[in-house]
Amino acid sequence: MTTTILFFGALKEITGSEKIDLQNIKDTEEVNEQLLQRYPLLKQKIYRIALNKKLIIKNELLNEGDIIALLPPFAGG
Amino acid sequence: MLSSKEIARYNRQILLPDFGTAGQKKLKQARILMIGAGGLGCAVLPYLTAAGVGTIGIVDFDTVDNSNLHRQPLYTTDDIGKQKVGCAVQRLAKQNEFVKFEAHPHELSNQNAIELFSNYDIIIDGTDNFASRYLINDACILLDKPLVYGAIHRFEGQVTVFNYGSNTEVKGPSYRCLFPEPPSANAFPDCSEAGVIGVLPGLIGLMQANETIKIITGIGDVLSGRLMMVNMLNMEFNTLHFNRNNEKNILSPASAEELKEYDYKLFCSRVNNT
Repeated sequence: MTTTILFFGALKEITGSEKIDLQNIKDTEEVNEQLLQRYPLLKQKIYRIALNKKLIIKNELLNEGDIIALLPPFAGG
Repeated sequence: MLSSKEIARYNRQILLPDFGTAGQKKLKQARILMIGAGGLGCAVLPYLTAAGVGTIGIVDFDTVDNSNLHRQPLYTTDDIGKQKVGCAVQRLAKQNEFVKFEAHPHELSNQNAIELFSNYDIIIDGTDNFASRYLINDACILLDKPLVYGAIHRFEGQVTVFNYGSNTEVKGPSYRCLFPEPPSANAFPDCSEAGVIGVLPGLIGLMQANETIKIITGIGDVLSGRLMMVNMLNMEFNTLHFNRNNEKNILSPASAEELKEYDYKLFCSRVNNT
């Protein structure tokens, strides 16, 4: 099962890419754990997680083809 | 209410379905407050001035810097070193004599926010730091005013409307529903550290102006509960949906007195351990 992860804003500068695919992840909590392991600098950032374009407030189970987005706040004006 | 000169001037938007002279009169009666006359403000202000918003307040304590000019086209080389609010009002007043401007050339703080916002119908956030953004959000919650939010980072922007909807309806989410936790002060750099493409605040500011006109005139669907994400490099526009979260909103000050005692700089400078 493939899950696509999109990175926005300054998070992209940590991951070095806008988009990655993760395999066989069961839920959004596991996505976060894997990402923090892969990109430890993400720990310093605040972000919200969106599943299929909806921000989540609790752990959600994933299905084939789900798209996750990591969304940081922006300060500039 | 509208003079023949005004009806002629605004003819092309009065012609629009659902807009009409009724929409134009609503614009004329409206009082909006632009916080920040920087990149976002420089896009919002000339278009709301052109549209005929009756009263426009502008808050900014800053002066024009040479490095602002690539993205802040309200200002000229001659304006460097001058107060932004003064330059902006001077320029905008020439643009439309039917609009009244109120200059607030001082720093927004938790000591003056409530009094200042009370005089306006809609607040537009064009600031450049998290402490101001939480303060503006909380003051809008206390005063029950819609907040038109825009923010930028390098080639990307965000737009949404917070705290939208009358009390009889379900109130839309706030900034604290979207980002309950502030980042530490140095976790996300501002334009002076990160750089920014000049047209980005223009595009995001125009979207803020568009939402403001929609709120005033009642046309269309206001961008409430949806965060518009714009990427100028690949031209991908994503709309992310989010809900009101009352557990997060109660963390905002419960009264004007509490707001005056709330330390926003401290709130936004603590180390983020999540």
